[in-house]
Amino acid sequence: MKIQLPQVGESVTEGIIGKWLKEVGSKVEKFDPLVEIVTDKVAMELPSPVTGILKEIIALEGETVPMGAVIADIESDEQDSGKTASIEHSSFPNSLGTTGVLLKNTAPVGPTGSGGQPNTDGLVVEKLPKRDQIKTLARFSPAVLRLAQEHDIDLSLITATGRNNRITRKDVQSFIDSNFRSSSQGNSAFESIPEIAQSTSISTSELKDEQRVPLSPIRKMIASNMVKSANLIPQAWSLVEVDVSGMVSRRQAIREEFKQREGINITYLPFVINAVAESLKEHPLLNSSWGEDSIVMKRQINIGVAIATKAGLVVPVIHDADTLSVAGLARSLEDISTRSREGDLTVDDVRNGTFTVNNTGVLGSVASQPLVNYPQAAIMTTEAIVKRPVIVEDAIAIRSIMNICLSFDHRIMDGQEVGEFNTAVKRRLEAVGGNTPVY
Amino acid sequence: MTIKTVLEAVRDAMREEMRRDSRVFIMGEDIGARGGVFLATEGFLDEFGEARVIDTPLAESSIAGIALGSAMHGMRPIAEIEFGDFIWPTINQVVGEAAKVRYGTEGKLHAPMVLRAPHGGGVRGALYHSQSVEALFAHTPGLKVITPSTPYDAKGLLKSAIRDDDPVVFLEHKRTYRLVRGEVPDEEYTLPIGRADIKREGNDISVITYGLMVHHCLEAAQAVAGQGIEVEVLDLRTVRPIDNKAIVQTAMKTGKVLIVHEDSKALGVGAEVSAIVSEHAFEYLDGPVARLAGPEVPAMPFSPLMEAMYMIDSDKIAKAIRKLAEY
Repeated sequence: MKIQLPQVGESVTEGIIGKWLKEVGSKVEKFDPLVEIVTDKVAMELPSPVTGILKEIIALEGETVPMGAVIADIESDEQDSGKTASIEHSSFPNSLGTTGVLLKNTAPVGPTGSGGQPNTDGLVVEKLPKRDQIKTLARFSPAVLRLAQEHDIDLSLITATGRNNRITRKDVQSFIDSNFRSSSQGNSAFESIPEIAQSTSISTSELKDEQRVPLSPIRKMIASNMVKSANLIPQAWSLVEVDVSGMVSRRQAIREEFKQREGINITYLPFVINAVAESLKEHPLLNSSWGEDSIVMKRQINIGVAIATKAGLVVPVIHDADTLSVAGLARSLEDISTRSREGDLTVDDVRNGTFTVNNTGVLGSVASQPLVNYPQAAIMTTEAIVKRPVIVEDAIAIRSIMNICLSFDHRIMDGQEVGEFNTAVKRRLEAVGGNTPVY
Repeated sequence: MTIKTVLEAVRDAMREEMRRDSRVFIMGEDIGARGGVFLATEGFLDEFGEARVIDTPLAESSIAGIALGSAMHGMRPIAEIEFGDFIWPTINQVVGEAAKVRYGTEGKLHAPMVLRAPHGGGVRGALYHSQSVEALFAHTPGLKVITPSTPYDAKGLLKSAIRDDDPVVFLEHKRTYRLVRGEVPDEEYTLPIGRADIKREGNDISVITYGLMVHHCLEAAQAVAGQGIEVEVLDLRTVRPIDNKAIVQTAMKTGKVLIVHEDSKALGVGAEVSAIVSEHAFEYLDGPVARLAGPEVPAMPFSPLMEAMYMIDSDKIAKAIRKLAEY
């Protein structure tokens, strides 16, 4: 009787033959350990399925063989009862040829399929699973996948209600809703939401003196990103004062001509992004992200710019910002802010940012503490430019001062690197003057 | 607002446009002295006279050909084909010629004609009084094909069709003529061609349909609402040009789309809707795009029992909705 390597686990497809525990020619009792089998899931001793004499060892120690392969031959009086769960191919001719073979013990079947049950003794009929029995756990609709990706959801956590246990879009949506409403299940990225955040939003019924405004998709996204940033990134913060008098007068000087030539207004932001991009090249650590066991340095410098729209905050990205001139940055900014306001951003526009700049100065702020745009390493705000009396070479002068604030992932870098980066940006911005090229 | 039937809405639209514009005239079999086989033009001969209300011989190719010629010369004909089933002799004039006039003459000529035809089944009309004819015309660039479901839509769209500068095939479902009633404004209005209309809002499944089936779909939506399935019913109203935007929007909203039409399934309007959904809303789909349509048999059977088997009704639609909802 041919001894086969049995199926030992669902996903196991092959096994390594270990030590043979019986020698060729020796007597083997049924259930005696015959050989050691090692698979990626288990190591086990294969018991002999029959009593007899081990006639031949076919698979040698150390060999890798697929499940179902014949590994040995035992001479035995016992009938092969078919329990080895495979067709004994040797009982059929190797090739049926054009003449074919008349199956014995099989009832004839009429043209309409009548004729009784065929006798399947000795034959293993592979039954096709019924449609309802096919597990579709691993098959997700495009809508389900998209939602899961957008909200960073592990689909294995979701209870399926669809046919054949399929996860429906509704299942994902209600999972998202319940996680945002109360994270008491604590089984996702939101598990570390502080208690206080939960208690303020745990009630789902509207009280008399409040009104519940349902979350827009963009609000949900922002909320999810902010929670991630606050929970996953240990953030530190620093502020640097920059004398931008030169930049202010440079912009004033070129304002008219630029407007005429380019058809758009020149603002301070292109000068700032220019300085940031150049400084990121010098200090690439700020242009990276946390990779758990490593720091992922980004080759491209793609600067996201936070833009407030009616729908909410969006952060379109100026890709390869270090390759653009001040004028080029101005054009890019004009383009992305127009399209942000008009809701015409594409997926590519918001992808692959490596650093974020947020011009909070337009809101009149002089210092702000932004949350890092996960999974980036740092975010910088530019604050309002205000005229202040300052000491310049032991005299009091009135200068235009702008604060820049930086929040950063303290896992990636320390104050030293951040200080150097801030200084580099400051140095560049303070150097802007009458000769600073725009093109 | 006044309650009208679809037939009355169609009649009002034509009468108002004939009063408004002297270039508009009607022609067709039995439309004059008889007032139309469905009485759509009852009283027109008395009001507008023989020059503008023309009874024609039983020759549909001529009806369409005369309409096309007069349209190219500045008139605005409404040609009635007595039953959609008799529309096939017009194919050369309409598909082969009228659809191509503006393009072929580089815009020097155009054909502002309307070809009206009662169509559709479920009226014991059997082979020659039951056919759905929209898909063949809808395939042709250069034609507009309108399939209204309510008196309000029928009137507003027929008026727009008459005012349109290019050929329009206007298909009125016979079963809606007297069975569908609805409010119609007393004041003047038109509706834009090519714009679908959400007849019922819902979040779970989009049912996209047109013509008579709109009403069966609404009944089915009502029936499954009790089982917690919220159905959105989108009435295409115009099958050419088709309202891509509305189709994609509803598909994105619900993620599940069922298309229902009485016309047979293969290569029909549903196939186009399905393709639009796949092309533009793929990432939003949460189930296979489903179609419920007439069977692939050559014609409507005469036996009442078999006609009922052929026709799509609200029970069949509700079953298809439940099946897709469970997916």
